[in-house]
Amino acid sequence: MSHDHDHDHHPEAPSPVEARALALESLLVEKGLLTSEEVDRIVSMYEHDIGPMLGARVVARAWVDGPYKERLLADGPAAVKELGISYPDGTQLVVVENQPEVHNVIVCTLCSCYPWPVLGLPPTWYKSPPYRSRMVREPRTVLEEFDLTLPDEVAVNVWDSSSDVRYMVLPQRPQGTEGWTEEQLAGIVTRDCMIGVARPRIPAESGAR
Amino acid sequence: MNGVHDMGGMHGFGPVDIEHDEPVFHQRWEGVVRAMMARTNGRYYNLDEFRHAVERMPSDEYLRATYYERWLHAVETLLLEKGVITTAELTDGHAMSPAPAATRDAEPRPALEAHFQPGDRVMTRNIHPHGHTRLPRYARGRHGVVRKVYGPFRLPDANAHGDHHAWQPCYAVEFAARELWGDDASPSDRMCIDLWESYLEPEEKP
Repeated sequence: MSHDHDHDHHPEAPSPVEARALALESLLVEKGLLTSEEVDRIVSMYEHDIGPMLGARVVARAWVDGPYKERLLADGPAAVKELGISYPDGTQLVVVENQPEVHNVIVCTLCSCYPWPVLGLPPTWYKSPPYRSRMVREPRTVLEEFDLTLPDEVAVNVWDSSSDVRYMVLPQRPQGTEGWTEEQLAGIVTRDCMIGVARPRIPAESGAR
Repeated sequence: MNGVHDMGGMHGFGPVDIEHDEPVFHQRWEGVVRAMMARTNGRYYNLDEFRHAVERMPSDEYLRATYYERWLHAVETLLLEKGVITTAELTDGHAMSPAPAATRDAEPRPALEAHFQPGDRVMTRNIHPHGHTRLPRYARGRHGVVRKVYGPFRLPDANAHGDHHAWQPCYAVEFAARELWGDDASPSDRMCIDLWESYLEPEEKP
């Protein structure tokens, strides 16, 4: 009986998919293709080091430094590296700038292409069938589901990332941020702004400053 | 291939389900799968082969699977097909032979002349290949305008199937939303898709 009691405190058995993943992991470890330290390092890198805070720094710099913005629009990887952010070979980065009359938004209908060196890994909704199927056909309706309603006079430009090029949106700097530091500006640039499903907003308390 | 992965324009998937404050990985095994892909992609298979391995999942399984379940399926499939692991090893849970030597991609990007320039009017080919392609179904047989010239990049249709030397220029091609979706689309909206040269032909003169 005491054995049964002990079992109650054991962690749950792994789900079938988890068991499959762990079995393959141990096989690759045995073959010398992977170590558990490498798994931890890769997980930690995506959880802590690579994320939208990098893209936000790029956007904030572009907002305060016109020549930097021009370099960013001309050569994304080079401009990102100027800020000490690493951009691996293999994909290119093209930054598309929102204008008063043009709003850009990014999707990958065929899989999940995403500018992860500057935004980190994509959220689940970005990789999901509803977003992938609908953003190309009814972008305005989808944007409304993200609480972004665009007037008719603003054209929507949807970028379907199908090649080795990754796209990131450079949002417009909101009015009321005159005199802000780059750090303050980066604080209002969210992941969703750089995908194009949101626009930067000034939090109520900042506006009162 | 005309698979369920090519979902641009499809109906029936419902609203976008947004999880607020979503963690990077929901469970540790997802990170394990990410790491296994990172350590084997480019050594035993390329990204186009990986994408095609995801696309080759039976369509009902593809739609039921979570994102990292699809990745696990693709990594497992490719490592089996490339002889890095065997089904006996998977069943037994232990390695019976060492991994084969990994390949290194050392082929330099060639200099290729781009046959289209920004502003050129083009038409996408109406092709339905059995294998991998990056020309989405919704954009076949449509008129567009070249906006940017990229590459050359390897042609995914070849690179996913053993021919790793088929480099081509690639173009950001802009389409009016109405050209793709008809009159329900806003007259001012546009779409840009990156398309390899062999997906395109010059627009026929009237």
